[in-house]
Amino acid sequence: MDSYSLFSLVKHALSGHKNWQPAWRSPKLKPHYDVVIAGAGGHGLATAYYLAKKHGITKVAVLEKGWLGGGNTGRNTQAIRSNYFYPEATEFFDHSLKLYENLSQELNYNIMLSQRGTLTLAHSERELEGLQRWVTAIQINGVDSEFLTPAEIKELAPVIDISKNARFPIAGGFIQRRGGIARHDAVAWSYARGADALGVDIIQNCAVTGLDIRNNKIQGVKTAQGTIGCERVGLTVAGHTSVLAEMAGFQVPVTSMALQAMVTEPMKPFLNTMIASPVVHVYMHQSDRGELVFGGGADTGNSYAQRGSVPILEENARAILELFPCVSRMKLMRQWAGIVDVTPDTMPVIGKTPVDGLYINGGWGTGGFKAIPAGGDTLACTIARDKPHSLIEKFSLERFRSGELVNEAASSGVAH
Amino acid sequence: MQQIDCPWCGKRNETEFSCGGELISRPQDALGADDKAWTDYLYFRTNTKGVHTEVWRHTFGCRQWFKAERNTLTHQVVNTRKLSEETGEGHGDHG
Repeated sequence: MDSYSLFSLVKHALSGHKNWQPAWRSPKLKPHYDVVIAGAGGHGLATAYYLAKKHGITKVAVLEKGWLGGGNTGRNTQAIRSNYFYPEATEFFDHSLKLYENLSQELNYNIMLSQRGTLTLAHSERELEGLQRWVTAIQINGVDSEFLTPAEIKELAPVIDISKNARFPIAGGFIQRRGGIARHDAVAWSYARGADALGVDIIQNCAVTGLDIRNNKIQGVKTAQGTIGCERVGLTVAGHTSVLAEMAGFQVPVTSMALQAMVTEPMKPFLNTMIASPVVHVYMHQSDRGELVFGGGADTGNSYAQRGSVPILEENARAILELFPCVSRMKLMRQWAGIVDVTPDTMPVIGKTPVDGLYINGGWGTGGFKAIPAGGDTLACTIARDKPHSLIEKFSLERFRSGELVNEAASSGVAH
Repeated sequence: MQQIDCPWCGKRNETEFSCGGELISRPQDALGADDKAWTDYLYFRTNTKGVHTEVWRHTFGCRQWFKAERNTLTHQVVNTRKLSEETGEGHGDHG
């Protein structure tokens, strides 16, 4: 593998950039692997990377129906934060954030992590009290978060109207300064390159069509390119978790929905933080290219269509204009949707399944991108040891039978 | 704008409707139902890729709940009928 550095950039510049090697191979499917991962998005590629890197399991294939990182990994709004309410959620997502902080160095690939802060707004005294409770919980869990007055918010993001005349007056807010964004494609590509260099086969255009299960144990995987044998299988198929679980003969507590996002035309930098308003139901940041990236609520009803409806697009644009009237003349450039697997408590389903040798990583709802490093790390550990990693014990499929839910939906104030 | 055929009001814009999710039914024998039956009802869903049976409400119209069969891949509502109608032709365009 070519190491990326200033030196290699200069070296390749001298030969007209004609000798760069592909970042990963396109190998032929082998008849047998130790582990097969279904889905080459962030979670699948990270799982394969950590299996090879930390557990020495390198006979691994990552199968992808379409192209690498073309599902939710390439469709989210790149938000990274760990300001959750419950300790088990905070521990997991802060582990993820810490891995993100070192990812560019570890993988020798610039994921363009920008810890510009994640600001959550309150518009009334009552809401402020709710945020205060949330901030205290985050601090008790050992994660940074700070309360901000309207004047401090104005200093941080001058674009926000803090006057009493605003449609949604600003009562206050809080910020996690370590939160921010990273380039989502680069996250998928860096894990793919890192896994490939350790011997993992990444097979694109190869859909999983069935699972070979005998005596309640996984024996192999049927794919569009033929049947392969394997010892263990990990399902990392955000948006299709129910479909793959059905192939294995069990149900998951998941509803698949379309979540859309959109970008405006680029403009000069005027906003250097992520801003979310749970009440107005919208979140926004300005990308490094100058585009405003924003999203809001999910579309109505179940969907596998990967496209959002126009009425919800209008709803999201309306919410942005109510919060930031100054952007009303900007043109919308692109709009798209990804399919999110939402669970009843909005926490993931990750760990073992009723089938021996079959492991699941899904149900991330609207927050899968920020979970990629920890999702891959903990699933790889679970696959290697056939025992759930301590960070994901509370996120088992079994909790929906025992009733031990981690009800972040009610407490975190995340607006979905 | 897609139009949805309300069994009482006829075709109206989709923005008048809200989706109540997958059509499910409570365990008939509430006292005898075991944990699996209750958790199936509370949490587990078929989440079908294809034609999915749902309940919808004409929120900004007659406010009645009704059943709808909708394709989750195309978003096309293929059939709607009143909650009391078990079978029948329904009110959709049968697409």
